[in-house]
Amino acid sequence: MKQKSKIKIGTKFLFGVILIYVITLIFNFSFAKEAFLNFLLMSTKVIPLLGIVFVIMVFTNLYFTRERVDKYLGEKSGIKGWIYAIISGVIVSGPPYILYPLLGDLKKGGMKKSLLATFLFNRNVKISFIPVMIYYFGLNFTIVLSVYIILFSVLNGVIVGKIASNKS
Amino acid sequence: MNKKGWLNYKKSISKSVETIKSSLSIMFSILLLVSLIDLFGKDYYSKIFSGNLITDSIIGALAGSVSFGIPVTSYIVGGELLKEGVSLIAITAFIMAWSTVGVAMLPLESKYLGRRFSIVRNLTNFVFSIIIAITTIATLRFFQ
Repeated sequence: MKQKSKIKIGTKFLFGVILIYVITLIFNFSFAKEAFLNFLLMSTKVIPLLGIVFVIMVFTNLYFTRERVDKYLGEKSGIKGWIYAIISGVIVSGPPYILYPLLGDLKKGGMKKSLLATFLFNRNVKISFIPVMIYYFGLNFTIVLSVYIILFSVLNGVIVGKIASNKS
Repeated sequence: MNKKGWLNYKKSISKSVETIKSSLSIMFSILLLVSLIDLFGKDYYSKIFSGNLITDSIIGALAGSVSFGIPVTSYIVGGELLKEGVSLIAITAFIMAWSTVGVAMLPLESKYLGRRFSIVRNLTNFVFSIIIAITTIATLRFFQ
């Protein structure tokens, strides 16, 4: 249900952008044409990359099921929970509107807020998306950024956990 | 492959198809928009993004906070903006904020994870996006 409403937002957004193009087309045909050709050029680079993303995504979804995440990040995960929060944040894929209901269930089951924050922070390090990041920004950038995200995710989890748990 | 294994495989494929499919409209909309903005903004990027560590990262983080979609979209958009002359620090803050700060997703996050948690997490992540962008670029420069 949630997913359906998000797809609608995406479609509305697409129609909005098409409308902007139509307006541009009316006032400046060559400008709109140049922008659209630029878009086609970008798309030819993006589509093959999406194929790679898809293949890696299938394998991560195959091995990191909801049951496994639940087991490793549940109430009794202890110190290992931090490690699991980082690993699952990196591995579990999906847009936020798919992840939030899952995390909502885990929170009800006793998952710590700090682990929730750490999990969500590590969403930016996605194994399936790494080839795309390397393609655009290089290997050094990808390694440095990924390491910092993982390191800072723990600090982020501690801070968010402390502030969010303090009832005013 | 046994029946259970095949079913898991099928489930994984359909989940991945669904994720990619639901992201396509936003991804291509943003690429369309970037193509258009690029033509308008080419001459202004150098004025907006001066190369200052602080201001560039704040602008990048603000842009990432109001955008949404799976992280790979931010890499593609960021990569294209980089080619147009936007500074790497702004792009880093942009891709960090894209997936860790979600202004558009705040109501949904609040519903499932609580309002206080969502607000604190988003504000903290905004600051962290800037810190990580600065730290990453400083590290890359140090090793160059």
